[in-house]
Amino acid sequence: MSRVAAPALRLTGDFHHAGRPLFSGLDLPISAGGWTCLLGPSGVGKSTVLRLFAGLDTGGTFEGEISASDGAPVATRIAFMAQSDLLAPWLDVVGNVTLGARLRGEAPDLARARALIERVGLAGHVDKRPASLSGGMRQRVALARVLMEDRPIVLLDEPFAALDARTRAEMQELAFEVLEGRTVLLVTHDPAEAVRLGHHLFILSEEGLARVAAPASPPIRAVDAPETMEMQARLFRALRGRAA
Amino acid sequence: MTSSTVRLTPLQRLRDALVAVAVALSLWQAIVWLSGVPPFILPGPWRVAVTLADNIGLIADHALITIAEVLIGLVFGALLGAATALHLMISPAARRIALPIMVFSQAVPVFALAPLLTLWLGYGMASKIAMALLIIYFPVVSTFYDGLRRTDPGLLDLARTMGATPTRTLLHIRLPAGLPAFGSGLRLAAVYAPIGAVIGEWVGASQGLGYLMLLANGRAKTDLMFASLFVLAAFAVALYGLVSVATRRMASWSRESLDTF
Repeated sequence: MSRVAAPALRLTGDFHHAGRPLFSGLDLPISAGGWTCLLGPSGVGKSTVLRLFAGLDTGGTFEGEISASDGAPVATRIAFMAQSDLLAPWLDVVGNVTLGARLRGEAPDLARARALIERVGLAGHVDKRPASLSGGMRQRVALARVLMEDRPIVLLDEPFAALDARTRAEMQELAFEVLEGRTVLLVTHDPAEAVRLGHHLFILSEEGLARVAAPASPPIRAVDAPETMEMQARLFRALRGRAA
Repeated sequence: MTSSTVRLTPLQRLRDALVAVAVALSLWQAIVWLSGVPPFILPGPWRVAVTLADNIGLIADHALITIAEVLIGLVFGALLGAATALHLMISPAARRIALPIMVFSQAVPVFALAPLLTLWLGYGMASKIAMALLIIYFPVVSTFYDGLRRTDPGLLDLARTMGATPTRTLLHIRLPAGLPAFGSGLRLAAVYAPIGAVIGEWVGASQGLGYLMLLANGRAKTDLMFASLFVLAAFAVALYGLVSVATRRMASWSRESLDTF
């Protein structure tokens, strides 16, 4: 599979929504080829940060800079995965995975799409429509679609939040495995998820952005390792302390 | 989604429908017998059936005219409506200018235009086709435009990150997302189009089921009027059924289209 070198990213600046600042003086570095987890309560602008990287409409005004370490534009090199699977209900699995190609007027590479669908564990489901798949399977399709786009930067907006605990753990492991080498920004409100997956951890709160040292061991970390549990508790306390 | 009704097989549904028709016909016949009203006020179902059989050629000739008017009006109204909805979606200028005009035009009852259409387009089929077209145009435009507009914003975001052009987004995202709504519009159109054509025929025509009904009514041939009405109703129900099946097939993935009919 082709692999473009994944750049590091940086977002600096202020964001105003309806005349009020959502965040100001933010400086968020995303390291190259690893997972950066942005943790925080709802409403502090986590998703806005992600949408700014993606070049999507935020409904506010951003003054600042979004840059990549290689100097190339960011928004054209991202793939995006959200909490809702964003699958087109009228397309089958393979149709959804190859949607990007059709939207760009390219001929879809069906063989590659089938291989990626197999890789995310959905062999035998290629012809099914989203309505006949479970929530976990639909997120697998969304993941295959991300892989199909083959972008060096992957933006994840709480993609596992709606899944049950077991499926969530499985999806975290699968995503971590298949997205290896890409620059990943994961926005989440779940400390356990951030601790499991993050090379780098940040907490975004009303008081601004704070970096938290990640555990010494590399991700992906065992859910039940003492180090993970302890870190998770610390993150939880930090989240509560700041929110209070 | 929350309904707990048992899904019936087509055969069971046909059986239920036949029972309902039989009950209605029996009631009708009973009223005729018990009240003793003369046939020129209310003929019984048997008498209507005999009249229908005796005049089948005449009624069929007129029915074909009405059916042609309805189908032509339906096709052109649907095409014109779909094209308008797409244009409204693409062009902000069209939205600003055309939308208020269209809403205002709905304040004028389409029936009131029938005499004008007859004056302008004559007593032939054209004025009835225009009537059918006019009566379905707005429902088709508004339902389809609504469907196009209500496309999941997340899907549109996704398309944007995938590098889609606005035209391709319309074609591959908005258009299929709007199909269930377009289907609802077409089902409405299938109900309205026969009404439009018959109104047109009532106002001024020399052929068609509406014309035949007026003629029969004027000569106190109430049984012939009922026979014509029966054929018209049968056609309208068949048309709705066909359109309903076709539109459900067109958007078989949608819950919206599964729950109709």
